[in-house]
Amino acid sequence: MASASVSGVPLLEGALVEGRWPEWFVASRQRGWADFQHLPAPAPKDEKWRFSKVKALALDSFRYPAAVADAAALVARSTGLGESAARFVFANNRLLAATAPAAGLLKAGLVVMTLEEAARQHADLVEKHFMAQEFKLGSAKYAALHRSGPVNGVFIRVPKNLEVAQPIEIFHWVEGENSAVFPHTLVVCERQSKATVVDCFRSADDEPAFACGVNDLVVEEGAKLNYVAVQQWSLAATAFHLNSTTVGRDACCLGMQVNLGGKFVRGESYSRMVAEGARSDMLSVNIAGGDQLIDQRTFQDHAKPSATSDLLYQNALTGKGRTVFSGVIRVEPGAHKTDAYQKVRNIVLSDEAEANSMPGLEIEADDVRCTHGATTAQVDDRELFYLLARGIRPEAAQQLLVMGFFNTVLDRLPDARLRGQIEGLVEKRLSAALRG
Amino acid sequence: MKHLKIDNLHVSIGQSEILRGLSLDLPTGQVHAIMGPNGSGKSTLAKVIAGHPDYTVTSGDILVDGESILEMEPDARARQGIFLAFQYPSEIPGVTIANFLRAALQARLPEGKELEATEYYAKLYEKMDLLEMPRTFTSRAVNEGFSGGEKKRCEILQMAMLQPTFALLDETDSGLDIDALKIVSHGVNSLRGPETGMLVITHYQRLLNYIVPDFVHVMVNGRIVESGTKELALKLEAEGYDWATEPEAEAVAV
Ligand SMILES: Nc1ncnc2c1ncn2[C@@H]1O[C@H](COP(=O)(O)OP(=O)(O)OP(=O)(O)O)[C@@H](O)[C@H]1O
Ligand SMILES: [Mg+2]
Repeated sequence: MASASVSGVPLLEGALVEGRWPEWFVASRQRGWADFQHLPAPAPKDEKWRFSKVKALALDSFRYPAAVADAAALVARSTGLGESAARFVFANNRLLAATAPAAGLLKAGLVVMTLEEAARQHADLVEKHFMAQEFKLGSAKYAALHRSGPVNGVFIRVPKNLEVAQPIEIFHWVEGENSAVFPHTLVVCERQSKATVVDCFRSADDEPAFACGVNDLVVEEGAKLNYVAVQQWSLAATAFHLNSTTVGRDACCLGMQVNLGGKFVRGESYSRMVAEGARSDMLSVNIAGGDQLIDQRTFQDHAKPSATSDLLYQNALTGKGRTVFSGVIRVEPGAHKTDAYQKVRNIVLSDEAEANSMPGLEIEADDVRCTHGATTAQVDDRELFYLLARGIRPEAAQQLLVMGFFNTVLDRLPDARLRGQIEGLVEKRLSAALRG
Repeated sequence: MKHLKIDNLHVSIGQSEILRGLSLDLPTGQVHAIMGPNGSGKSTLAKVIAGHPDYTVTSGDILVDGESILEMEPDARARQGIFLAFQYPSEIPGVTIANFLRAALQARLPEGKELEATEYYAKLYEKMDLLEMPRTFTSRAVNEGFSGGEKKRCEILQMAMLQPTFALLDETDSGLDIDALKIVSHGVNSLRGPETGMLVITHYQRLLNYIVPDFVHVMVNGRIVESGTKELALKLEAEGYDWATEPEAEAVAV
């Protein structure tokens, strides 16, 4: 069996015998393992790793973790919105708790189940969409590692015409020194459906850990998906989050990456507009404090005419925090009347912090409207004085100004309750990062 | 009664001296108006009192009840009761008026004490009604995209919420249409009283019909060259500043 091929690799040891995965999945896993072995590790001079820190990528110390000690405690700590359409809690690659959708939603055809179960029950859909996009932003090797690893997570299928009002919440916890987790979320929004999915990535402790996560978001004709990932791994963690989005005719995907934790975080977001009228909003809020590095690569791929993509990434940097943004807008031949925007805004709150931005365009069609830009600024002195002149203390004033800066992105979230929850988490992390 | 005293104040920015020996006494319970030509240093005076870091006090003092405040940080001055309604209020992107004022009031509470939300909103709505501001303003970012008049109204809303001991109103009337001028003046007047001293900087005598000052000072070239009652404003309206800017007039300085 597959397990034989990975003996001696602590990251995966013991993992592959668990679970009851179908044959096609086992084959895919073996392919992943072969790819992981032969793909080269990123080199410092690799363009896709410019400004990054490839030597942070030694994976030797990480290992496949045992089950968490106190599952009930983690489930209790998985407080999110309070009310949700479904809620799944995983820790150390294992399902701890699941609240299935209400009977009415199930009857309407909503599917929310573990990927493992879906790989058997909805084999066609899962096989069709699971990691179907090529990983071309630099981390193909780690995507292969994910594929070969003990992926765990949720499969969501929102059937045609169904609107799911409440968000679907998924929690992925990691616990224990050097534990490795492989979260995966696969969402298929069928025609004219509507849903909101929230992934919460959390550490149960302050230990170093490794996360290698992937999501596949498929938004079919006329559907609307809001997807939010709130990353709160420990400040000692190494994490990959590789996101693939496919947006169909007149469909709309709003994806938001919120990075608050992690020592080294590599995010890659690929969004492909595959039909006319598609729209992809790619948003991100990032706080890099202490010695955090948040490295994000994006790709807005316009395959068909008259589609829109709108990227807005905003970073606040404190301490020795670093961010890297590298983004490409690609307009394929024939994708006329494309509207594509890409904007990165950095606010640098310390002399030792560093923000690198590399926006880019590859346009092979006519009659397109594309803009891109990156700005880096400090807190505006006049704005700061205005707040001080109202009696607000300098630390609180800075916090208020940076939250104001982030609100531009958070305001794009259509769900006020979700927005409020995320704002609270961002505020808490920012306050800690400002105190250093 | 409290007392704000400006004592022979000299203030520079870079190499140039902007305030050149300015003295002024403002007790609570009084309203003083300052008029003077463009560039004479009126805003500089207001900003120096508020503690703006760009300006250097080279000599003289600013005292509240006999205690110098020169060493105090701007936020501490504000919490002690000094309020500056800016001539050019800053836009604060993404920070709503409600959050902004909540932070300002929270800063005035003892540590560990939380602002009471219902009381806060009741007070906010009361003051907004007084200034005839629609409730929708609470969720708008401070001054962002506000018209000139809305910005000035927002300054007075802040003053009404923070209830300062000494309010410095720097050209609060500029940019206001006549109806807004009446509303804002009404708002300012409702804060007048024995607990509050006001310094009203303006170019227009008209404002002083609504906010009637106890004293009027004429400022030229970084000094007060003439002080009087509200009739002085009428004289300025009729004659301009020519008489005050002539060299011999400088000798009149207080
Ligand atoms: N930050 C600054 N840098 C350089 N010069 C300054 C600065 N602030 C004020 N000044 C100068 O100081 C002088 C006084 O300016 P101030 O704004 O105090 O005048 P004012 O009396 O308020 O004028 P106005 O009636 O036009 O508002 C002006 O010559 C101005 O150019
Ligand atoms: Mg002025």
